[in-house]
Amino acid sequence: MEPTSTAHPAPDMEVVYKRPDTLLDTRMHYCPGCGHGVVHRVLMEVVQELDIQQETIGVAPVGCSVFAYNYLDIDMQEAAHGRASAVATAIKRIHPSKYVFSYQGDGDLAAIGTAETIHTCNRGENILFLFINNGIYGMTGGQMAPTTLLGMKSTTSPTGRTVETSGYPLKIADLVAMLPGVVYVSRHSVHTPNAVRQLKKAMIRSFQYQKEGRGTCFLEVVSNCPSNWKMTPVESNAWLEEHMFPLYPPGEIKAPK
Amino acid sequence: MSDIEIMKGNEALAEAAIRAGCRAYFGYPITPQSEILEYLADEGRRRGMIVLQAESEVASINMVYGAAGAGARVMTSSSSPGVSLMMEGISYIASAELPCLLVNVSRGGPGLGTIQPSQGDYFQAVKGGGHGDYRLIVLAPSSVQEMADFVYRAFDLADKYRAPVMILADGALGQMMEKVRFPDYDPAEHVVPKPWATTGKTPDRARNIITSLHIETEQMEQINIRLQDKYRLIAERETRWEEVQTADAEWLIVAYGLAARIAHRAVDLVRARGIRAGLLRPITLFPYPSKPLAALAGRVRGMLTVEMNAGQMVEDVRLAVNGRVPVSFYGRMGGIIPSPDEVVSALQKMVAQDVLTETEAN
Repeated sequence: MEPTSTAHPAPDMEVVYKRPDTLLDTRMHYCPGCGHGVVHRVLMEVVQELDIQQETIGVAPVGCSVFAYNYLDIDMQEAAHGRASAVATAIKRIHPSKYVFSYQGDGDLAAIGTAETIHTCNRGENILFLFINNGIYGMTGGQMAPTTLLGMKSTTSPTGRTVETSGYPLKIADLVAMLPGVVYVSRHSVHTPNAVRQLKKAMIRSFQYQKEGRGTCFLEVVSNCPSNWKMTPVESNAWLEEHMFPLYPPGEIKAPK
Repeated sequence: MSDIEIMKGNEALAEAAIRAGCRAYFGYPITPQSEILEYLADEGRRRGMIVLQAESEVASINMVYGAAGAGARVMTSSSSPGVSLMMEGISYIASAELPCLLVNVSRGGPGLGTIQPSQGDYFQAVKGGGHGDYRLIVLAPSSVQEMADFVYRAFDLADKYRAPVMILADGALGQMMEKVRFPDYDPAEHVVPKPWATTGKTPDRARNIITSLHIETEQMEQINIRLQDKYRLIAERETRWEEVQTADAEWLIVAYGLAARIAHRAVDLVRARGIRAGLLRPITLFPYPSKPLAALAGRVRGMLTVEMNAGQMVEDVRLAVNGRVPVSFYGRMGGIIPSPDEVVSALQKMVAQDVLTETEAN
């Protein structure tokens, strides 16, 4: 049987699903089963459907998604570790009519960049935070993150994270939700088709709020890290539901009345 | 537009930034330069400038990165400890080749140090400070007038070379009041196209990416080669210095910024006592005026470097002179400003040593 391609469907076949044009047709560096690729895709679907490719400027962090600009066909800046929201703040101030987002992992956003995160939210900057939380430093090889679960093993918590040495997992989405400058906080995942659809809706809503200048939007995506969790992608998704969701439950944390 | 005003150095610099068409300022309060932030928060905002008091100098410099990458004429200012905090961001800015103005109204260190004036940040400004092989164009004003004038020059150089430019002043230049005349400068005539900026991808061009990440070593080396070529070009074209009474000088004082004003006075004092001294004042600290110093090394008997530090620029003087004449150093540290009499004594000591050596030789 001949392999079929979505780019060149047979004449009698209808294309029902394809890569958005705003997502570049290139091989990603992400590990098999990683959630980043899905989040990239959802984001670019939204950019395409809202027809805001020319109006969207993104900021990539230091971490696994450091190369995000290689995949997203929009203008982007690559920030220093933790400073993505400071960079995004400035871009938005210079181009207030553009849509600006900051794409960050948990080490970037909730450890080294905590001050920038809190203050960007507290200023109520009209940007979107896309916060990918997989409870671990992926790029550097699986060290403990501020979001690492208690008891969870990493290369720097080899016998499991303890409160005595490392304190508690930081629920930064709940923290920023307390700030009056933040208009919308919602926690998601991309491990099931339904979860992906929910995230997409939240992104569309966030860009709408940004257009209306209503304040900071903050979307957390609880994601997996099969490589550093040392699991298959399928196992990691099951583990995510069983272990991550109790502490980081999906759902709306803050939304306008 | 050209009226003479009496202003603090910090205020003159801030006023010049507004007149130079600086679109955005990001900064954090620190003595002795907070007047820049205060002036811009009031007068700058009133005249349409984006002024954001950031949560730290770390945030400030990364906001400068973002705004410069977005195509805006942008600046920050701070003083020594704050500038130390900015070093990572400055390295990124230099690597991503983003034009911007950085101001260091420096104070005595190390550590939290003192709020009094110092030139202890010469190495940091001129030799790097941040990581990797990069350079800043460094301008060293020595008057309130130059605190203003160098702002225009800094922005134009930054845009011309896609490079960060630093004005390295000190607490005295920031705080002192002097006459200043603002030149006629129409920012519209100085606009440099920035087709590389992240302004939103349009169908007529590929996406613009601002980054300093080049994971392929061959590519990273090429970036480095390009940067070094640029720095060489800057050195060829943009080196600036001032010479005072060097035509017949037997002795040369080398000093920049506030120290150069003191040295100038010392030159007048020793000339009244029959010592033919002159002054070379580097205006650009990078690129450094090595060539005129080398030329003078063939004519003078010795050089005295005067700095408000433990002896930093003196290394560049010695490199330029390359052993052809003796180079002495006189400096005060920790926020102390040397007096002209101290400089005179240091020079007289050098002259006496020279006479002694000559007598011994005979």
